[in-house]
Amino acid sequence: MGTRECNHICDESSPGIGEAGITGEWRIVVPSIDEKKCIPARSNKPTCFLCWLYCPEAVITKGIPPSINLEYCKGCGICSQVCPVQAITMLPEEKM
Amino acid sequence: MAIQKKSNIHILDGNQAAAIAAKLSRVQVIAAYPITPQTPLTEQLSQYVEAGELQAEYVAVESEHSAMAVCTSASLVGARTFTATSSHGLAYMHEMLHWAAGARLPIVLACVNRAIGAPWNVLNDQQDSISQRDTGWIQIYCRNNQEIMDTVIQAYRIAEIVHVPVMVCYDGYILSHTEMPVDIPDQKDVDRYLPPYKPHTVLDPANPKNYNLVTLANPRVGVDGKLCHGYMELRYLLQEALQNSRETILQAGKEFNEVFGRDYANMFWEDREDAEIIIVAMGSLAMEAIVAADMLREEGIRVGVLGLRVFRPFPKSDVVRALRKSKLIVVFDKNISYGSEGATCSEIKSALYGTYINASIRNFIVGLGGRDVKARELVDATRKAIASLKETVINPDYPEWICQI
Repeated sequence: MGTRECNHICDESSPGIGEAGITGEWRIVVPSIDEKKCIPARSNKPTCFLCWLYCPEAVITKGIPPSINLEYCKGCGICSQVCPVQAITMLPEEKM
Repeated sequence: MAIQKKSNIHILDGNQAAAIAAKLSRVQVIAAYPITPQTPLTEQLSQYVEAGELQAEYVAVESEHSAMAVCTSASLVGARTFTATSSHGLAYMHEMLHWAAGARLPIVLACVNRAIGAPWNVLNDQQDSISQRDTGWIQIYCRNNQEIMDTVIQAYRIAEIVHVPVMVCYDGYILSHTEMPVDIPDQKDVDRYLPPYKPHTVLDPANPKNYNLVTLANPRVGVDGKLCHGYMELRYLLQEALQNSRETILQAGKEFNEVFGRDYANMFWEDREDAEIIIVAMGSLAMEAIVAADMLREEGIRVGVLGLRVFRPFPKSDVVRALRKSKLIVVFDKNISYGSEGATCSEIKSALYGTYINASIRNFIVGLGGRDVKARELVDATRKAIASLKETVINPDYPEWICQI
């Protein structure tokens, strides 16, 4: 089957959750949000969301508190690094 | 159809003609960096914007690389964009030229042809744009200032149909700084000929899109579940667009003729039925070739002229038709593919391969770095080419240079 039916003339796509696919078993750490520290959760306001902005996999949803789709999260830890109040801790992956 | 011709003739140089044409095309974003001999064109455009005569954003950039980056981004957002450069500026743009073509953005660039260093030289030859031959742009070479005016307007029409950027090339100084009568089209007529740009890419925060991200060699399924082109399929589509653009270029010329009464097709060809010797040249040099052909005909030598206009896509079948009766083809090039020959000569040879035309071909390199090319020199070279046929009809491997070495 060819790609003629794709009507794009240059590379074009819509950003979607998990462009790089479902995460394999190789992930070693997972983020965990402490609601007592997280700014939106603590203030009950839709604010901050730096984790959402910086997530390279676009798997964090803006919410109170923000939620992380662990199906696609690669465990890179950028969210925990950018969190201004250290509300996100990277915990060891529990092997199935 | 009779053309109701209201002539609006002004005495303009080539840069002024290009600036007025960009204004008439209602360009929305201009990003350019001044370089000799293109500078007066960008000055004129910034003046139009400053005076409020042209509703456009003029982005002053620090380099030609950035100029093309701005044009690419502005075009991706959905604006009609224009830039102009010469020589080293075009070379500096090289990377972004690939990007503009690969992203299929209908940008129009005026290339005021100038020699490239080393050594430094600000005068005319066509080495700059010929060096950008394989970037995926359509290339059109103008022979006079009226053609510059008309080609810039046509270029938007062509580019926005085939989604390929167009480089409008004209000889530095010989055209850019030489004044001649030019009929300035009516804004109303240009608006009729050139409808507002409908972009195929729109960057809109409400509907986010990724454009031209890392694209793998093989097709892949996108997030919407549909099969998307791989890198190679997208390259093929660009080649296909250029292959098919011949028809669009001819059609854009015909429609232009209906409104303005001037048609340039993709080349010009003095159809002298008895001509067995054809002189081939591109840009303003072709006008000199016509003078040379007239001089030779006065001596009883039957000579015709083929003036190349569209260099990419190269009009192979049209060239073959124009050369069908030729016994000797004399190609003058204002460029050199070092270690080979003039670029247009290679194209002619490639177009003739496998046809019944078995003409001898002689290639002369002329006019590099602004070296004056006189009609008399073209006559002498053509005579020399004719005389060489007595020794051999086989095509030499390398061109002859008209210089004093």
